[in-house]
Amino acid sequence: MSLLDYLLPYDFSPLTVLSYMLVMGFYGIGLLRMPDQDRPGALRIFAFTLGVLICYAVMQTRFDYYAQYMFFVHRGQHLILHHIGPILIALSNPLPVMRFWFEKISPGWKRTLRPLGWVYQVLQQPFIALFLFVGLIYFWLWPSIHFDAMLSRDLYWVMNWSMSLDGLLFWWLIFDPRPPAITSSLGYGRRMLVLAAAGVLQMFLGAWIVFSRDMVYDVYEVCGRAWPLDPEVDQLLGGMLTYIPPAMMSILGILLMLRRAMHQDGKYTNHSKTLEETAS
Amino acid sequence: MRAYFWRSHTKTIPAALTLTTALLLTGCLGNNEEDWNGKNISGLMPELEFDLINSQGDSVSGSDYSGRVRMLFFGFTSCPDVCPTALQKLNQATSGLDPKLQDEVLTLFVSVDPKRDTPERLAKYVDFFGDNIVGLTGKEPQLRELAKRYRTTFGYDEPDSDGNYAVSHSSAIYVFDREGNPRLLMRPDLSGEEIRRDLVALIQEDS
Repeated sequence: MSLLDYLLPYDFSPLTVLSYMLVMGFYGIGLLRMPDQDRPGALRIFAFTLGVLICYAVMQTRFDYYAQYMFFVHRGQHLILHHIGPILIALSNPLPVMRFWFEKISPGWKRTLRPLGWVYQVLQQPFIALFLFVGLIYFWLWPSIHFDAMLSRDLYWVMNWSMSLDGLLFWWLIFDPRPPAITSSLGYGRRMLVLAAAGVLQMFLGAWIVFSRDMVYDVYEVCGRAWPLDPEVDQLLGGMLTYIPPAMMSILGILLMLRRAMHQDGKYTNHSKTLEETAS
Repeated sequence: MRAYFWRSHTKTIPAALTLTTALLLTGCLGNNEEDWNGKNISGLMPELEFDLINSQGDSVSGSDYSGRVRMLFFGFTSCPDVCPTALQKLNQATSGLDPKLQDEVLTLFVSVDPKRDTPERLAKYVDFFGDNIVGLTGKEPQLRELAKRYRTTFGYDEPDSDGNYAVSHSSAIYVFDREGNPRLLMRPDLSGEEIRRDLVALIQEDS
């Protein structure tokens, strides 16, 4: 197989390619056109591009072939779509670029798009966000649903897109760079609680897969593996990818939040403090 | 107002969500009303379509065998265990059918090893497993296309000093109804009797 065969999609999805092109296109043009003082630094641009690229790579290169026929590669794919890719994108803080484009939208369109904003606000309620984030992992790994998702091309695409979009929503809620003291973003304490809960719930599932004696995901057995790997090893590796890296990412997220909270301690005058001062 | 809504329902919302999920899960995961031994794959996969050559060396397509219940199985003739066991089982299942029903079922054995499995060799191999079985093969890209369509794959091991190599392939049997719609996926651990019961149900469904 030539290098090109590895880079070209295994299962070409025009909609997926188009979506990624639009994201990169809007980001690039936004960067070029926005005022210099708003433009993110090189590291942030790099983080964003890397995040988008790795998500694209696991969906539209040869990687996708291995993800379809190997359980542990599939878990790796979701680790990137649901965790690493969105984390990089959220940490890169593309807010200035989004703000640049938002200002270009006409007031009429803004009114039309308002329901989208309401949906977004509902989805970003901490409990709902946590429920969706962990729920989707459990849902797609539910053995009978997983079996169907790997057999049906449509379900497979729904699965991967839902993981990637939910990953973006969740990690944006967690890594929202706007300080909660003066904006409507989620408070640091709640962010840490959500992260801890997500970590623990994923560990339960990962541990269950790792310590399962039976074949839980036999679709790879039934439909043939990409190469003859021992099914138990495949399941063990897949379980470990569900178990360890997500838990580590929750802890890293909590540490990052602690750091931010410490930095911002006393930086912003709290509304209640102002009230106290006025009262005394 | 909106903030008040969320704050005043901090307990109700999680409870309602949990309940909804529980209901959804029981709804989604409940057993199918139809009692198949195989796994129901209606709507999950595309209808039967292929572009291959048969064991006489003629090119054939999916429509050439329409009107019968078809069982699609991927394998290769040098296969030591999986293929002979599966084909034996399918033969058992079909030969145990009422003689009138036997012609309503056809097994399509697709060899994914075109290098070794010439049409002649394929013909000899499938004849051993009964009458209602057709051997099919094709060029590797054609076979890859078909495997991809049914969400499966195959691969070749490195050849040993005698030039023999193992081929990894799907162990499932895909069952299509007379119209070519995907209906059932038979796991290799089903017995001939269980397969037969499903076949009878499929044949009688719309005859």
